[in-house]
Amino acid sequence: MRLEPINNPSLARSLVPPTIALGATIVFASLLAMVAGANPFSVFGLILSGALGSKFAILETLNRATPLIFTGLAAAVAFRAKFWNIGAEAQLYAGALLTVLLGTGLLPWPSIALLPTLAVFAILAGATLLLVPALLKTRYGVDEVVTTLLFNFIFLLFISLLLEGPIKDPMGMGWPKSARVISEARLPRLVDGLRLHWGFSLAIFSAICIWIIQTRSTLGYEMRAVGLNKQAAAFAGIPVNIVLVKTALLSGGLAALAGFSEVSGLKGSLTLDLSPGFGYTGIIVAMLALLHPLGVIVAALFVAGIFVGADSMSRAADVPTYLADIMLATALLFMVLAIMLTRFRVVRD
Amino acid sequence: MSSNLVEALRLTEITKRFGELTANDAVSFSVNKGEVVALLGENGAGKTTLMNILFGQYTADSGTVSVFGQTMPPGNSRAALDAGIGMVHQHFTLADNLTVQENITLGTRPLFNPRLDRVSARAKIIDLSTRFHLLVAPDARVGNLSVGERQRVEILKALYRDVQILILDEPTAVLTPQETDDLFATLRLAIADGLAIIFISHKLHEVMTIADRVVVLRHGKMTGGVRIENTDKHALATMMMGTEAIPPQVSLANPGASLLELRNLTTPNIGNMPGLKSISLALKSGQIIGLAGVSGNGQASVAAVVGGVHKPDEGQLVLKGRAVQKWSPRDAVNNGIARIPEDRHKTGSIADFDLTENAILERYSTAAFNKGGWLNWRSSRAFANRIIEKYDVRCPSADTPIRLLSGGNMQKLILGRVLETDPQIILANQPVRGLDIGAVNYVHSQLLAARDRGAAVLLISEDLDEIMALSDVIYVISDGRISPGFKRGEMTPAQLGIWMGGQGFDRTVNHAT
Repeated sequence: MRLEPINNPSLARSLVPPTIALGATIVFASLLAMVAGANPFSVFGLILSGALGSKFAILETLNRATPLIFTGLAAAVAFRAKFWNIGAEAQLYAGALLTVLLGTGLLPWPSIALLPTLAVFAILAGATLLLVPALLKTRYGVDEVVTTLLFNFIFLLFISLLLEGPIKDPMGMGWPKSARVISEARLPRLVDGLRLHWGFSLAIFSAICIWIIQTRSTLGYEMRAVGLNKQAAAFAGIPVNIVLVKTALLSGGLAALAGFSEVSGLKGSLTLDLSPGFGYTGIIVAMLALLHPLGVIVAALFVAGIFVGADSMSRAADVPTYLADIMLATALLFMVLAIMLTRFRVVRD
Repeated sequence: MSSNLVEALRLTEITKRFGELTANDAVSFSVNKGEVVALLGENGAGKTTLMNILFGQYTADSGTVSVFGQTMPPGNSRAALDAGIGMVHQHFTLADNLTVQENITLGTRPLFNPRLDRVSARAKIIDLSTRFHLLVAPDARVGNLSVGERQRVEILKALYRDVQILILDEPTAVLTPQETDDLFATLRLAIADGLAIIFISHKLHEVMTIADRVVVLRHGKMTGGVRIENTDKHALATMMMGTEAIPPQVSLANPGASLLELRNLTTPNIGNMPGLKSISLALKSGQIIGLAGVSGNGQASVAAVVGGVHKPDEGQLVLKGRAVQKWSPRDAVNNGIARIPEDRHKTGSIADFDLTENAILERYSTAAFNKGGWLNWRSSRAFANRIIEKYDVRCPSADTPIRLLSGGNMQKLILGRVLETDPQIILANQPVRGLDIGAVNYVHSQLLAARDRGAAVLLISEDLDEIMALSDVIYVISDGRISPGFKRGEMTPAQLGIWMGGQGFDRTVNHAT
């Protein structure tokens, strides 16, 4: 058996394997639900109603999707140029850190001035954090997968250190958390009385911007060229290393916006459980979206829906929420296989 | 030579389709013991597919392969090897860090045999190498050998396995004319010994020299099978191409001012490829300079410096009378150097980019296609369409990914991309490798036209015929050194071959022109 590339895949070939992948994911998850002693149909019904069943559920899903859109974009942008940023988790916390440093009263400005300032400083923090691995890669050829991944642990320990000391909330009854940001530093809610905030709109807006940058701008063209064929790009005169550094800055900034949006829009303060791995899940989101910036929105909603739905399902059906993690993992594996099958056909010799 | 004919190999009605493409269409021929059969055809004629079927790497849709009367099981490489079929590939399959003997015996005995029979293996290798004039030291490391020597190791490797049928895929592409003569002497000894040889080539004069019979393929069909004494070059060319392609006429050159000079350029070695050793070369307006040489003798370094990929470490690059300080690919492009890279797939184009995106690859940041950091797709597409029309690029549209194009059409786009800027200097590195004859003549006529417009052309090629046909002045590069310039018609291929082999330099050390 061997694989033969398909030059012009038909529409059916582009659509059928991903559909089968989705189906296979559901079948596999059903088997697991049965192992856990529940009826798969009711489990999926509960997940669906938990994610989409009410206005509250839908808004909660959108809420959960917001940081995933940012981290998904961060991965999508970097991976498009074959810069493997695995450090969105650390960059997210860098954005959150700057938000609480400047937003807890240091800058006593009105919202209209303060919120953009916080966002900009969050972006700068995330970009700076990724600048180090980017320079190590372009200057000395250090593998960015290793550096960005290890940076996550280093930076989270650094945040932990800050939360135990310098930025610990004096009114926090000893909990390792920062002070709350002032009300001018809170992103307003999109819908009164519910938790959905303007961070979601900012995420959608960012995705559209990235899409336009990738398809129309010089930088987007350069990033795609470097990602597809570094050798040809360099020969043609594209400054490969500069493009990689710019890509890193953009990617780090996007991941940091997730931290800003979570603190300013949702939590109000910085704790060590601000992100339940949004940085890593963003990689899955980007892969499911085939690195397309608008696809990231859809993929983030899908992933958020599964998480939110699984939370409520687990309360009702006594099936662990781990089912959501496993569903995502299988969805990703099947999807990677399906994507390969849209581009190659298996030939039996 | 073949008085009592024993049929070694027979291919019967072999047909192989890839989707809509018929790579081999009912091809039948046989090879007898003690004869050389040449398989002649342009690139894409189906020669490689046929050999892959013979080797069991592909399964034919219909037809059979038989060796000494035994029908081979389809799609079984092991059986092909066991039946005594051996192949010397165009790209060698040797381990650089092992010795000649280790390479030859690799895979012929169990890996963990405690009693390695080195002595008898060595005796066999020495016996073979003297019998067939394949001189190479058994203890030399393959990494230190020249290309010609490596080819000898490949042939020895096949002979060591007692092959009955030896296939050589374009074996002369990497050899000097003298080495080619040596190879032919070896092949004559081998057929006298009873081997059957398939010689794959597209060079007519070599086929006329070595083959007993010729099989011609065109578009997967067999268009001829003749004995060599019943044919000539013209008849073979017609069978190969359908019509006889006429190479472009070359008028007299009218050289003008020197546009680009390399002065005492020295570069470091790249792997086991030599760097440049203080070479000097001047490119003049209205002149084609040919740089001949066996592959891997420093051509890549010359191309890298002229094309802006490497900055000269020692020595100078003088552009229109001024030594360059800053030197990058973009500087080269901005200074009017048109660069046709050696590898159009890996360096010349981005496979998944469409024709428009590939057309602007070198100049996307210029005002013609760019305004304030945003690309102008309208003017980009217009530029691509202009190239497609003017240079006859056959493609569905400017939005087609370039990987779907044939090599010839891909090269036409690259040619158009660089020639549309009216370049003063053209660096053409192996511009026609792998192209069919129609495309070859097209590229050559474009280079000649650019010369006649007043451009300075540096043509780097391993194909001596191409160099001799086009160049007004020929330089030979060998081991990073460069010969004096020879005018058109001054040297015969054999004389150039002496320089390509490295002799001749000893008398003229540090020659500058």
